[in-house]
Amino acid sequence: MIFSITDQCLDPEALKAELTRESAGAFVSFEGWVRDHNDGAAVTALEYEAHASLASKEGQQILAEAVERFDVLAVSGLHRTGHLAIGECAVWVGVSAAHRGIAFDACRYIIDELKQRVPIWKKEHYRDGPSSWVNCATESAVTEV
Amino acid sequence: MINVTAQYFAVFRERAGQNAEPIETSALTAGELFAEVSDRHGFADSVARCKVAINDELATWNSPLEDGDVVLFFPPVAGG
Repeated sequence: MIFSITDQCLDPEALKAELTRESAGAFVSFEGWVRDHNDGAAVTALEYEAHASLASKEGQQILAEAVERFDVLAVSGLHRTGHLAIGECAVWVGVSAAHRGIAFDACRYIIDELKQRVPIWKKEHYRDGPSSWVNCATESAVTEV
Repeated sequence: MINVTAQYFAVFRERAGQNAEPIETSALTAGELFAEVSDRHGFADSVARCKVAINDELATWNSPLEDGDVVLFFPPVAGG
């Protein structure tokens, strides 16, 4: 049960191999990919920033909650930081369990909580126009001179 | 007055134009300090959507500040 923050490319096959168990009848994974558009704007790349130690700690806490709530056999998760190109895997979550229902539910729980709680920020670079931080307010109280 | 260090991440870092700064403040809580730095740098996100950590531990907006604290301000998260 490990959650990591990494600036290296994710290797889903290797991550999956870590979760094999003889008692497992199901494996479910989620991969979040860098998409070429968001809210109608053409996206050319993403930049992820994390507070590495707190992000790892919060991610670890979410995995622990999943283990407690669902009857899973093994879970793990990783999130990338740095500059990612279209199509790259930004986040990976994997769950093995005796049966598929539990594996689906636990995987969904983990990715939903990760997106809401882990201190990671995403900057979108657009084909047309300046880049912006996703989810952050844009208007500023400061008057530019 | 106490002396603390404010640390900024993502959009806050860009708005502030720096990773961190020393601040002499009369703020008693993390929330009061956030109001102060939001004013100073024009942060536009509300406390309801932001998070704060003190000395590398997640804290609440009501958490009291002490001299020497390092206060980390996190804008709304967007992992995944």
